[in-house]
Amino acid sequence: MSAQSADPTPDPAARPVVEERPTIVMCPEGPMLLRGDAVIEDAEGNRHRTTRPVSAVCRCNKSATKPWCDGTHKLLPKKLRP
Amino acid sequence: MLLPKARGTLSEQLFTALREEPGTAVVLDAGVADDAEDRAIALWASYELHYRGFEDVDDRWEWSPDVLRVRAGLEEVLESELRERYDAHRPERTSDRVEDLAKDLFDYIAAHDGPSMARYVQTDATEAQTMELLRQKSVYHLKEADPSAWVVPRLPTGPKAALMELQFDEYGDGNPARLHQHLFERGLEAAGLRSEYGAYVDEATVPVLESNNVQSFLGLHRRLRAASLGHLAAFEATSSIPSRRMAQGLERLGFPDEIVEYYREHVEADAVHEQLAVRDICVPLVAMEPNLADDVFLGAFACLDTEDRQARDLLERWGVDA
Ligand code: FES
Ligand SMILES: [Fe+2]
Ligand SMILES: [Fe+2]
Repeated sequence: MSAQSADPTPDPAARPVVEERPTIVMCPEGPMLLRGDAVIEDAEGNRHRTTRPVSAVCRCNKSATKPWCDGTHKLLPKKLRP
Repeated sequence: MLLPKARGTLSEQLFTALREEPGTAVVLDAGVADDAEDRAIALWASYELHYRGFEDVDDRWEWSPDVLRVRAGLEEVLESELRERYDAHRPERTSDRVEDLAKDLFDYIAAHDGPSMARYVQTDATEAQTMELLRQKSVYHLKEADPSAWVVPRLPTGPKAALMELQFDEYGDGNPARLHQHLFERGLEAAGLRSEYGAYVDEATVPVLESNNVQSFLGLHRRLRAASLGHLAAFEATSSIPSRRMAQGLERLGFPDEIVEYYREHVEADAVHEQLAVRDICVPLVAMEPNLADDVFLGAFACLDTEDRQARDLLERWGVDA
């Protein structure tokens, strides 16, 4: 039993609660965003450590800097995009 | 940095006043400007008082009503010209639904057709042209991300946190050695160019100054916060692929690794930033304040338009068909 259970339920309209943001996001027709430190093993078994707070992992398989997205997905015809 | 060279009647009057003690009675009127160049450098200097200032100008001039008045007159011209060009390039949105905004915004940016400086550097530019381009680009890159920083306190919770997540990466994730402005400084030094803030303002072309001014204008006016973020979105969304071309061009010409690294960093960073700018910043802001949607597109247009004008102007000077 915590002290908090005695608190009145906050009125959501009065105190808008922002949802926790996701750690992994699939961007439509684009990369997968990944938050936080991670090591990615690619299809060849090579390991890549993230270097920034949010990384974009290629999902179209056409990036020249795999496993990271380099924007190449935008040059693909729409039906070849993730 | 010292005050830049005046480029006409108005900038001459303004810079003469700024060298005096603040409070000195100055009657300045934006209307006396000779031309766009005179206006651009006068406005650029009046904005610069808010960034790093000038060694030969008393810092108190920043909030002088006389300077602010002349600045407002110059901004009026800048804004009306920008809106006039935007009117001819309004987006054809599929709907007003905020769910469609990310797609509409990416499509609007992708559909924009302009000369590609990066493509030219990738395959054809000479070393001298590329050096000139780096000098011109330094006017912005040495204060990269700063104009969007003004917007942070003006945003509600979600977009505010998201903008900070993006800006944190621009500012090196807390590591000064990775600060994007500093990567460019190192690149300039390695290429044998000057890296001090504002080093090449005197040779900045009018479109380069105008592009800088548009960013400061959108960033400094709270009413235009959504346009500033739309500008950011378009900037990030037109960076990864051109940055790769720039890196390849610089390698082709044998430029040092430091400057190549600046562009390589932007291939990967901006592939992240474009997603954040559109999906986590612009879309949630418009979801909260739907009447800001058009400003997002205005800002995106402002970015695409001013980038085009810079590229076209330089390519024309070089006699290249764009
Ligand atoms: S998802 Fe962006 S390059 Fe593959
Ligand atoms: Fe950057
Ligand atoms: Fe960026």
